Amino acid sequence: MFTWLHKLGSPPLLYRIAGRSTPWFKWTAFLLLAVGLVGGLILAPPDYQQGDGFRIIYVHVPSAILSLAIFVLMAVAGAVGLIWRLRMAHAVAVAAAPLGAAFTFITLITGSLWGKPMWGTYWAWGPRLTSELVLLFLYFGYIAVINAFPNQRSGDRAGAVFAIIAAVDIPIIHYSVYWWTSLHQGASLSFTNSSISSAMLWPLLVMIVAFMLYFFWLLSIRLRTEILRREQRASWVRTPTITGAKDAKLA
Amino acid sequence: MRNWHEFITMGGYARYVWPAYGVVLIVLAASAWSSCNGLRRILFRVRNYPLGGGEQ
Repeated sequence: MFTWLHKLGSPPLLYRIAGRSTPWFKWTAFLLLAVGLVGGLILAPPDYQQGDGFRIIYVHVPSAILSLAIFVLMAVAGAVGLIWRLRMAHAVAVAAAPLGAAFTFITLITGSLWGKPMWGTYWAWGPRLTSELVLLFLYFGYIAVINAFPNQRSGDRAGAVFAIIAAVDIPIIHYSVYWWTSLHQGASLSFTNSSISSAMLWPLLVMIVAFMLYFFWLLSIRLRTEILRREQRASWVRTPTITGAKDAKLA
Repeated sequence: MRNWHEFITMGGYARYVWPAYGVVLIVLAASAWSSCNGLRRILFRVRNYPLGGGEQ
């Protein structure tokens, strides 16, 4: 049932797949970013209450979704690495962590810049904002944990356990606006329902997909780096396709 | 957006909207640069120090 997973656990195969998918992710992400930015900054009408200040959602919401999704990915990859002893699953989690921290940082800054004109303050110690800030520290904690051990395997295992336990923050962030009184609004977007007008919604959906593809572009690059770092003494790394000019085109 | 002036001033919200997009641009560009640079460095090391030496 999980043979595909074990095949993906092969470093040369994963390296090749990541290398081949890199340009596709990159160019599709840039194309959709251009479309989403034109849609969000120019074509979408101003909000009847928030005016043009609402346009921050086109970068805030995609970053917020990714900040949560990347941590879930790290926890799942960590669990796969622990259960099936797949070293490459740990490599995926390690490669994703700095990107998750970057998207969480973007979420906090853009949310803060949106909060000032709407709430009258850059920061409020509300449940959604505080739990998102905790997520940023959890990303830093994960990066610290994996680098705290002299050998890679111990760092991977400790990082995986840390990510699985720390993933408890994800439902807290998501449901915080329903569980506690908060300045932050509830979700305007769900799989079945949306309270946003379609003229404002389509650029948001395009930007969400664009940010995801941008993440996968950078993940594919970081994953190749991580695989080479772990496998640099392996014989497959010294083949001309890896060390030769064919791989000179990085991204 | 009805005109360029409205686009630049963002209907009075320019001082919040443009810095937000600026931060996103800087962070995403820095992430891309550091990711590409990391791969370039490890490829250089693998090509020139195939037995695993060359760590700095």
